Amino acid sequence: MVNDYRLMWESMGLDLEAHDQLLQALPPLYGEVYLNQQNRPDGMEYFDFVVNEIHGLRIQELQEHKGRGGKVIGTFCVFVPEEIVRAAGGICIGLCSGIEIGAAQAEKVLPRNICPLIKSFMGFKLSRICPYFESCDMVVGETTCDGKKKAFEILNDYVPVHVMEVPQMKREKDRFLWRSEVQDFLARVEESTGNTVTVESLQRSIKEINGKRRVLLRMAGLRKMKPAPISGKDSLLIEQIAMYDDVERFTAKVGELCDELEIRVEEGKGVHEQGAPRIIVTGTPMAIPNWKVPHIIESSGAVIVAEELCTGMRYFENTVPEDGESIEQMVDFIAERYLGINCACFTPNEGRLEKLVQLAAKYEADGIVYCSLAFCDPYLVEANRVEKALKEHGIPLLKIETDYGQEDTGQLKTRIEAFLEMIR
Amino acid sequence: MLRAGIDIGSRTVALVVLDGLKTVRTALVDTGFNPLGTAREMAALVPPEVAIIATGYGRHAAGAEFARSVVTEIKAHALGVSRLFPEARTVLDIGGQDMKVILLDGRGGVNDFQMNDKCAAGTGKFLEVMAGALGYRSVEDLGRDSLQGNAIIKISSMCTVFAESEAVSLLHRGVARSDVGRALHVSVVERAFGLLQRVGYEAPLVFTGGVAMNPCIVTMLKEKIRGRVIIPENPQLVGALGAALVDCGKDGV
Repeated sequence: MVNDYRLMWESMGLDLEAHDQLLQALPPLYGEVYLNQQNRPDGMEYFDFVVNEIHGLRIQELQEHKGRGGKVIGTFCVFVPEEIVRAAGGICIGLCSGIEIGAAQAEKVLPRNICPLIKSFMGFKLSRICPYFESCDMVVGETTCDGKKKAFEILNDYVPVHVMEVPQMKREKDRFLWRSEVQDFLARVEESTGNTVTVESLQRSIKEINGKRRVLLRMAGLRKMKPAPISGKDSLLIEQIAMYDDVERFTAKVGELCDELEIRVEEGKGVHEQGAPRIIVTGTPMAIPNWKVPHIIESSGAVIVAEELCTGMRYFENTVPEDGESIEQMVDFIAERYLGINCACFTPNEGRLEKLVQLAAKYEADGIVYCSLAFCDPYLVEANRVEKALKEHGIPLLKIETDYGQEDTGQLKTRIEAFLEMIR
Repeated sequence: MLRAGIDIGSRTVALVVLDGLKTVRTALVDTGFNPLGTAREMAALVPPEVAIIATGYGRHAAGAEFARSVVTEIKAHALGVSRLFPEARTVLDIGGQDMKVILLDGRGGVNDFQMNDKCAAGTGKFLEVMAGALGYRSVEDLGRDSLQGNAIIKISSMCTVFAESEAVSLLHRGVARSDVGRALHVSVVERAFGLLQRVGYEAPLVFTGGVAMNPCIVTMLKEKIRGRVIIPENPQLVGALGAALVDCGKDGV
């Protein structure tokens, strides 16, 4: 991959030396975390290929799209309505920021103690290492936390940023605000792409993005089965890839995988030994290649059956009604769907507590691991509400606060193993 | 039947050999710079046919080599303490690099637990670093002297590195080192108390790990919880004892 795409990366202005280092780090990590797994479904081959080509083929597709006059719009949050980008002929890419990178560069503009995800995206941009970032004509920020909100002001010095104001509550006036934000976003996307969103194009893109959500819901449903037919790590990977892969191809590939998983379920074939503890992970997003905690959980003999994360259920759990007849009506439907996301930026966030209790029952989970990035006040503080709700229902909980470093792996392994010993 | 448990920690490696429920041999050495090598030497003290169960940070390395199975420090301490003090409800373990609180279920199992985050704040390592910073020859000297210190200052930094510079700047201001030492011990006890409260501890409390031999910490902890603190005869051996009690999946309590 390195040789084939070097010219492309160079033409994009990447820092090739730093980029090489990043690409060299990924295969050993991926090999250890992913390829060493037992009983993987054959359908994972496509997703292995996508990771192998992470800065190759997909970037080439984006560059070709741009060569035809198309626009690429980057996002950091599941609140950004990708239907709208797609309806305007743009490609929507979730920018990952899941690795400690360019910290020295990032710390020129950011405080030292800040959320690792924020530091990562700033580090990626300032050190010109991410070809996705460098492909973006515009990035979309949002106000889901103070750190991101303020960091987007800085990021705007380096790439055009459009910020959507996500409300903090879910009252009627907040819905009204959010609807107007979605409307403004549509106008901004039209301006950026030079294309008009039509009733037909929006109807079509709503159906296509719903198709992606439905296939992910189908996969989630299969994980309710005992034994689970796919590992949590593989599922997380698919959910991460969902954010940047070609929508139609991705939907088709996950569909094929689900066909295989259905057969596995019928045959009673699982990925982990019978009776492995079933875990739900919840908390802050786990962006590629942040697989640290899921890897520790699953290599300690448990299986993750659901991710109540932005890189998980929050991304696909509700669909947009497909019977909208006007732009205005569809914008309403879209706004409503996205405001249903249970992010810790809302107060109160009862929906998340109820959801977790329901999930534990539906997925027959033995315990929940609450994993939050360091310095993430919304999720770290909300852990108390979650703990209280889960205690009332007798659901065991392990709370973890960590970052992208590996130095706490031994400590985390002890805590996770002890948690599994406790709930077995 | 003989059974053995080995606790491979960051500072010490402990071994306990049981005949039935009776301890027939114990050993305790510094971990040194080659933890697995030290553990291997300790394992050589055990007849080859005896199953060794490993716990502590080095458990998986031992498990890959000579140990029959592995168990976390949490479960090992729960088993060890429950064996020594069946009435115990809570364990506080402060070792070389971590601090943990375990809520016992009264049958040798764990109801809940809390552990410090990745930093060394409030652990044996923290006190060792501070003993060096204050010019004591050993952490024992620091503990002894700190008992005589006055409660006139407070160390607010929890981080080992920051607390060290805070301690040094206090010395420069002319504060007696016994007073600084006392304040450092208070900060460890405060941290332990925070963990105890987080888990909702119940009496009786058993205190294990190397730091349980520090008289200053023990005195302050008793004052803080206003209750009894039980210290095992060999607080550093409890993890290894608990591991020896794990009989290949069948708990020995």
